[in-house]
Amino acid sequence: MGKRVGMEVSIAAAEVVGLCDVDVIAAYPITPQTHIVEHLSELVADGHLDAEFVPVESEHSAMSTCVGAAAAGARTFTSTSSQGYALMAEICYIASSLRLPIVMAVANRALSAPINIWNDHSDMMMARDTGWIQTVAENGQEVVDLLLHAYRVAEDPRVLLPVMVNLDGFTLTHMIEPIWLPDKDEVQRYLPPYKPQIRLDPRNPMTFGPVGMPEVYTEAKKAQDEAMNGALPVIVEAWQEFEKQFGRSYHPVETYKTEGAEILLLTVGSVSETAMTAVDKMRAQGRNVGLVRLRLWRPFPAKELVNVLKTAKAVAVVDRAMAFSTRSGPLCTEVKAALYDHGVSPYVQNYIAGLGGRDVTVEDFEMMAAKTSDGLAKGLPMGYEIVNVRE
Amino acid sequence: MSWKDLALGCTLTEPGTAARLRTGDWRSMRPVTNYELCNKCGQCYIFCPDMVYSRTAEGYYEANYFYCKGCGICARECPKDAIQMVQEEK
Ligand code: SF4
Ligand code: SF4
Repeated sequence: MGKRVGMEVSIAAAEVVGLCDVDVIAAYPITPQTHIVEHLSELVADGHLDAEFVPVESEHSAMSTCVGAAAAGARTFTSTSSQGYALMAEICYIASSLRLPIVMAVANRALSAPINIWNDHSDMMMARDTGWIQTVAENGQEVVDLLLHAYRVAEDPRVLLPVMVNLDGFTLTHMIEPIWLPDKDEVQRYLPPYKPQIRLDPRNPMTFGPVGMPEVYTEAKKAQDEAMNGALPVIVEAWQEFEKQFGRSYHPVETYKTEGAEILLLTVGSVSETAMTAVDKMRAQGRNVGLVRLRLWRPFPAKELVNVLKTAKAVAVVDRAMAFSTRSGPLCTEVKAALYDHGVSPYVQNYIAGLGGRDVTVEDFEMMAAKTSDGLAKGLPMGYEIVNVRE
Repeated sequence: MSWKDLALGCTLTEPGTAARLRTGDWRSMRPVTNYELCNKCGQCYIFCPDMVYSRTAEGYYEANYFYCKGCGICARECPKDAIQMVQEEK
């Protein structure tokens, strides 16, 4: 039986990765991810975990280590943040193209400049097109659950793609929370041993990552695109199995008090819990506001999202990163595209909030909902606003 | 070849397939040897980075255009100026 503990979320993340019987951990410390790999080094040093712990000299090497180890058939883990992810990005494309089921926790943090170690979603959004599956946690329990889920999905022979579990830097990584930590038996019942389909083995030589001439590159990308789209039902299935075993349920798109809501807030990550409080408050005042939380960022669950959004009159999309796009953050751009594709056109307001660790409060969500409702009533053009920026 | 035929991760599951890689497709110039000038020294054979030349029964060196990518090294190294690079025509 597992146990309920009060634990720092980073430590819990490391504990569950340890329970997953990883073979190779590549570690480079970067704030606010550091505690995750630090605790894994303790688990290995203390003999609780029989794994190769590889302290590397950069994140580029961290992902390279994971790629090499995964190609040889090992279960691998690493973790990063922000600039560290940026340095690692080159190899992240290779990991997904080679279809290696690496799992990585990203402690979300703003990108420089100016140097900022606090939380936003710049790194998550930068990772958008690397071909990795990306899930997002809202609290410590979900970090543990999603890491376990990540290995199960990544290693499924129908998927074989790397998975990134996003957790907000500091607001999650450095919090002590009540967490239900599974035990080894429970983990093993959920996560079968990894059986690589193909791997580097001198007895059966093969070449990973050969040159792909113009005649084959397009086909290779198409195959990857199919794998990513095909991963969605497997991700959902793994969550259903998770619910059966652990009783906690996850969905690509999750809702909170959306019944009959005219205005829907759309959020990603830990800020969703503040948004829930705001929705409770607004509902108590008789305002028809609900909340939609995106659990899965890649593959993008467009159909599921549109299904939820289509009943609302207006949507307030809360982005936590910049896209320097056409008056839309990265999430809103995608939401608008999904709505257009499905022939649905609610009124959409985009708010860029909580950049570089700036607080997003209950009052902020009330303001966003009120402005959206006002814009809708007055027929104002669909808006784009950086919340609380000083003019 | 359809995308469905690709091995997982575009892996080459069969060793030695580089021998089937037609590097000659990249060529815009091809080396042509004038055997009247050639002294059979073998410099072209030694310097060619793609092992294009092979020795014939008479001791001359013959190019295999399947692999020759047209770099011109052989023509530059030939001490007798026996090799000319000529425009490839399709
Ligand atoms: S042109 Fe280059 S590749 Fe071709 S035969 Fe000469 S040296 Fe070899
Ligand atoms: S380098 Fe020139 S002279 Fe020497 S074998 Fe080749 S073609 Fe003949």
